Amino acid sequence: MAQGVCVITEFREGAFRRVSFEIASEGRRLADELGEPLCAIALGEGIGDLAADLGNYGVEKVYVVDKPNLKHYLAETYVPVAAALLITLEPKVILTPASVDGKDLSARLAARLGAGLATDCTELKVEGGSLKAKRPMYAGKVFAWYEWSQGSWPQIASCRPNVMTCLAPDTSKKAEAEKAEVEVPEGDQTRMISMEKDTGGKLDLTEAEIIVSGGRGMKGPENFAMLEELAKLLGAAVGASRSAVDSGWRPHADQVGQTGKVVTPNLYIACGISGAIQHLAGMSSSKYIVAVNKDPEAPIFSKADYGVVEDLFQFVPALIEEVKTLKSTC
Amino acid sequence: MNIVVLLKQVPDTETKIRIGGDGKSIDTSDIRWIINPYDEYAVEAALRLKDSLGAKVTILSMGSERAVESIRTALAMGADQGVLVDDPATAGSDALGKAKVLAAALRSLEFDLIFCGHRAVDDDENQVGVMVAELMGLPHLGLAVSVEVEDGKVKMARPIEGARVTLEGKMPALVTFGGAHAIWNPRYASLPGIMKAKKKPLETKNLGDLGLSAADVGSQGAKVKVTSLELPAERQPGRKLEGETADKAKELVRLLHEEAKVI
Ligand SMILES: Cc1cc2nc3c(=O)[nH]c(=O)nc-3n(C[C@H](O)[C@H](O)[C@H](O)COP(=O)(O)OP(=O)(O)OC[C@H]3O[C@@H](n4cnc5c(N)ncnc54)[C@H](O)[C@@H]3O)c2cc1C
Ligand SMILES: Nc1ncnc2c1ncn2[C@@H]1O[C@H](COP(=O)(O)O)[C@@H](O)[C@H]1O
Repeated sequence: MAQGVCVITEFREGAFRRVSFEIASEGRRLADELGEPLCAIALGEGIGDLAADLGNYGVEKVYVVDKPNLKHYLAETYVPVAAALLITLEPKVILTPASVDGKDLSARLAARLGAGLATDCTELKVEGGSLKAKRPMYAGKVFAWYEWSQGSWPQIASCRPNVMTCLAPDTSKKAEAEKAEVEVPEGDQTRMISMEKDTGGKLDLTEAEIIVSGGRGMKGPENFAMLEELAKLLGAAVGASRSAVDSGWRPHADQVGQTGKVVTPNLYIACGISGAIQHLAGMSSSKYIVAVNKDPEAPIFSKADYGVVEDLFQFVPALIEEVKTLKSTC
Repeated sequence: MNIVVLLKQVPDTETKIRIGGDGKSIDTSDIRWIINPYDEYAVEAALRLKDSLGAKVTILSMGSERAVESIRTALAMGADQGVLVDDPATAGSDALGKAKVLAAALRSLEFDLIFCGHRAVDDDENQVGVMVAELMGLPHLGLAVSVEVEDGKVKMARPIEGARVTLEGKMPALVTFGGAHAIWNPRYASLPGIMKAKKKPLETKNLGDLGLSAADVGSQGAKVKVTSLELPAERQPGRKLEGETADKAKELVRLLHEEAKVI
């Protein structure tokens, strides 16, 4: 009989990635609604005692596979291990991060277990003992509610980073960590040749709480230094419109929109971006939006909580000064 | 070398989405249909390999007769042949159902590489390519921003959160494409290309041809389904700040700090 909720964490470079705690917190909430237990699967290298810390977020038991060849995510090593554990654990609900690797893992597992999967969910609930998931389509132009067919277990949902409420960690609570005896395949189909870390600990747009974004109105790549400075003061990541990327001013990974990253930060500051429908789709679910544009008719203002109609080359430096003042006083 | 590109036809990204009468699908009247942008990158990547190493490129799509136009566009770009799986019983398929259909169609095709988009920008499932790889027991190299082929191996680069990873996989393999328009710059169909495309082979198949029954796929086989759609809450009209530059900057920082509490 399928029972309980299982979250599959993401462990990289000696630490759980924050989204792991978000899905653990969400898993706790769902497990309580079901009145069933919450467990976790932690795969990686060098997890050690950290596994028990998942208890801070309400996980009762963690199944750990801590092996050198799980150092990096590769489907051919991770998927068989996770699948073997899931087949014995038989959870009703499985949560994974909707990160790059988490999306790969969840789709592989769904196909292997013959299960239904909802990707990039922004809201989950339990109704009649079964999961319901809300997720964006068309990059957020519309939201869909998904339901699983009667008696179809497990029900798999990947959760968008930065959306699910993370519980305040209760350090007095530890999870019981069990070394799971599962064979890890060698894996000879794929090989990681290199992993180059982004310089300066750059925040990923999908995980940033604040994004400062620039468009064609920035006029050239050199002017993004201004946005980088503002971003640094705010602990933000820098995004861009497709025009800025197409012009070669910014790396492609920074593009926000329907054919780029879909983001949900607490604050999105759009500078010199007109607000084309494809751009708006990718950032309209941000909690607060600020638009700086010299054209009062720019469509971006229809989405902005705070609008500044002005030349950004005047305004952004003034904003930087004000933020410096704020940061020096608090 | 044989490359099969999985191509989905989707609404133009300019489309303003309206919910249809059933409340769970979108209103498709007045929609212009395009090749999913990421699939267009996949077509371009395949054609670049065709140009440099020589390859036969097949376009495989599941969809209605309308999708023929998108397949012809890919043929006009330079692909060699097309296969459309068109069967009303596939309606309501979940991602796994779609992957089963595409995997069945792939079994009757020759391939060394299967190229897909990393996501279709309509439903944004991010699943179908990965599931095809799983069903066919193939390695999957996801979110490619570059691709090279050498000695029976495919090498690609992919951005993950905070890093750039280079992966190598043994062929046959499935690669899904990410990145941005600026990286792939998909070629336009030339006029001679369009003329030639009209004569290129395009085969239509149904579930029976693939040895599948309606119960395997479509809404009957679906493990997960959409029960309702909702539009995002309209954002409240915001306020425009007034005054001199310095005053506006001061006011904005105050609002973000005290009212919104986000900085
Ligand atoms: C298939 C497809 C997919 C697409 N996907 C995406 C996507 O994912 N993301 C995306 O962003 N776009 C996407 N686009 C492109 C989109 O349609 C727009 O072309 C693009 O978003 C425009 O970028 P922009 O706002 O920077 O430039 P523009 O529209 O040119 O706007 C520049 C703005 O800057 C303002 N400005 C200029 N100078 C100043 C100044 N000194 N001070 C203040 N303001 C100034 C102007 O008033 C203007 O509003 C896509 C297009 C297609 C066809
Ligand atoms: N109906 C389809 N026909 C052909 N390929 C498809 C279809 N649906 C999805 N795909 C492929 O799978 C990728 C991912 O789609 P999705 O999982 O729907 O986001 C797409 O970019 C296509 O390459």
